[in-house]
Amino acid sequence: MAWLSENGILVGLALLDGLSYAAAVFMVAVGLNLVFGVLRVLNVAHGSLYAIGGYAAASIGLFAASLGAPPWLGLPILLAAAVLVGVALGPVIERLLLRRMQDREPVLQLLVTFALFMILEDLQKLVWGVQPVVFDAPLKWLGTVDVPFGTDVIPFTAYQLYVLPGVALATLAILAYVLRYTLTGRMVVAVTVDREAARAMGIDAAKVTMLTFTVGAALAALGGALAAPTVSLVPGVGASTIVLSFAVVATAGLGQIEGAAVAALLIGLGRSFAVYVAPEFEVVVPYAIMVAVLLFRPQGLFGVAETRRI
Amino acid sequence: MAGTGRAGMVTRREALIGAGAAGASLMLPGGSPLAQGAKPAEIKVGIATYLSGPASVFGVPGRQTAEMLFDEINAAGGIAGIKVRPIFVDEGPGVDHVVGEYRRLVQSEGVHLIFAAISSADCIACAPLSDELKRPTLLWDCGTQRIFEDNRYSYAFRTQANATPEILSALLYLLKVKPDFKSIAVINQDYAWGRDSWDIFRTAMNTLKPGVKVSAELFPRFGATDFSTEITRVLALRPDVVLSTSWGGDLDALIRQASDRKLFERSTFVMPLAESSLQRVGKALPAGHIVGARGDHWFLHPSPADPERLKRFSDTYKAKYNAWPIYPCFHMAQAVSAMKAGIEKAVAAKGGGWPSDAELAAAFKGLEFPSPTASVRIREDGQGLENQLIGTTMHSEKYPFPVLTDMIVFPAETVTTPVGQKSADWLKTLTPDMVGKLPQAQAFKS
Repeated sequence: MAWLSENGILVGLALLDGLSYAAAVFMVAVGLNLVFGVLRVLNVAHGSLYAIGGYAAASIGLFAASLGAPPWLGLPILLAAAVLVGVALGPVIERLLLRRMQDREPVLQLLVTFALFMILEDLQKLVWGVQPVVFDAPLKWLGTVDVPFGTDVIPFTAYQLYVLPGVALATLAILAYVLRYTLTGRMVVAVTVDREAARAMGIDAAKVTMLTFTVGAALAALGGALAAPTVSLVPGVGASTIVLSFAVVATAGLGQIEGAAVAALLIGLGRSFAVYVAPEFEVVVPYAIMVAVLLFRPQGLFGVAETRRI
Repeated sequence: MAGTGRAGMVTRREALIGAGAAGASLMLPGGSPLAQGAKPAEIKVGIATYLSGPASVFGVPGRQTAEMLFDEINAAGGIAGIKVRPIFVDEGPGVDHVVGEYRRLVQSEGVHLIFAAISSADCIACAPLSDELKRPTLLWDCGTQRIFEDNRYSYAFRTQANATPEILSALLYLLKVKPDFKSIAVINQDYAWGRDSWDIFRTAMNTLKPGVKVSAELFPRFGATDFSTEITRVLALRPDVVLSTSWGGDLDALIRQASDRKLFERSTFVMPLAESSLQRVGKALPAGHIVGARGDHWFLHPSPADPERLKRFSDTYKAKYNAWPIYPCFHMAQAVSAMKAGIEKAVAAKGGGWPSDAELAAAFKGLEFPSPTASVRIREDGQGLENQLIGTTMHSEKYPFPVLTDMIVFPAETVTTPVGQKSADWLKTLTPDMVGKLPQAQAFKS
């Protein structure tokens, strides 16, 4: 307790950092989890959709800025770019590739989505080159917020404090509402729980699958678009993101939406506190949390153990 | 006249000896036209560079520079009258891939020379291969000082400086312009370069200015995109100086995020690799912070040995690729210049004939060749002696990004570990009076 009273303000700072980091991670992981729930495919190419979302948002934003668009317009552009990428790439990938892989061995699905990931990585380089791309107009427009720290103040960007957690919370709430209280959402849940029974009830499972994958792709792209104002988009940005997202999804339990939020929060806060307390463990903390959870709950925090079908 | 009667005949014994010799020559590692001293139809050069992954921000400009300069050489008639052809291989997939590619380049492609590499790990793996396969190899960009401190090679040469002078110069500059700093935090990438460069800096700092408080040692994941937690931590600690030897997208993101959160207003940044980020970060990087260029190069160098040469190089690159050349471009230019000078020296030593691999390799020892800004000399241990340029950022109306002023060009001999010594030991022998002997700073000239 003595440590807490001495370092209480530092804990507060770590909480703020952890929340915004968790929000950014959640945005990518939730799409991955949604897609796995319905398609039962662990989509490695999700990382590419994240990167393409970021690049698309930056390109559209920079183009709009060059035409004299006001900086606030950058925020809706981030959203629009994500929808655009999701709608443009989601149905194509699902229809041409993943649907054909649906009943195949998981290892084959992994390999195919990995191949797609590699192809999309090269496509990014072809379109956007290798030099870092940044679009930070929305972040600069929102400015900074001074958080008191003893007699000092610590400037945080308003984008980091409000926009990232806000969008993550809104995404979680909308997804939870749609899945629980709308007909489309219930159809998605039905296909997730038992695809064959859902089809027997008259649900067009193929349509639901395509819709879900498109939403998942748009969420990945939104994750990238939201990151675009703060990060530099470079080749490989998708790969590093997808690895962390896998950790979140495995910790949460595959197919769990709310679980992804809790796991992202655990990992975000864990990493943030590590920077303050033991920075040498910063890199390993997310994976240590994952291993600790899987040791005691192999199905993840919120996953349901399934009987193996022979 | 014994044997006259056998003129034109080959005995069975001679045939067997001849066949054996031919077989042996085929089995020689890297048997190439050069190994037999025959003049090749073209000079093939294998070039390992990053064409994928985060380090392609350096690798692709390096490749572009090589293509530009090889074209220039060929347009001028080649080297010793022979055209040169680059064969690029990607370092992106990792060390094992590069080692495999190195062997393929020598044994299948029959390259005469190899440029390897950007990654220090790749250079560490390729240097012994150069001796094993007896193929002259120019280490064109990698920074680790350990290659020639831990081993001696007959076929590997570095055409630029290494991490020790690059990092030591940045520290000396800091000691010169901000001698009273009392605390420092480090934010480096969590891999060999991030850790090794901090070791060099800290060892030298503890020798030249003992008692500096290390407020925080932060090593975010390589390829990290979010540094908000590290920045909050450093904002709260308020160190006088922040060191970051990061590069590429990581450094760009760190600079932007630090700028957004006003960290540059609280601490002086020392960024030995930031010359490569200046054009991208624009006004996000304010004036008054220390930037290095991994060598004696910058497209606005204040005192190039041959201003026309630098201008031609920079303008041609800018016209072709729509950006000013950054340090990997200069490093590639140095390797190309060393290749040209080395081959010409070996051919001249052979009286116009074509040298063997061993003769070509020998030509690189002690070779002095021009760089776009000055000249570089390869020492007897294979290490290049290259000056180091460090400066302070300022903003000029002429460029939409920060430029450098108060630049000091550190003479290579004063900041490079002497032959036969190890950096970790040599740095401990430095004395604070070397700060007082530094050359005069040179202001930015538009």
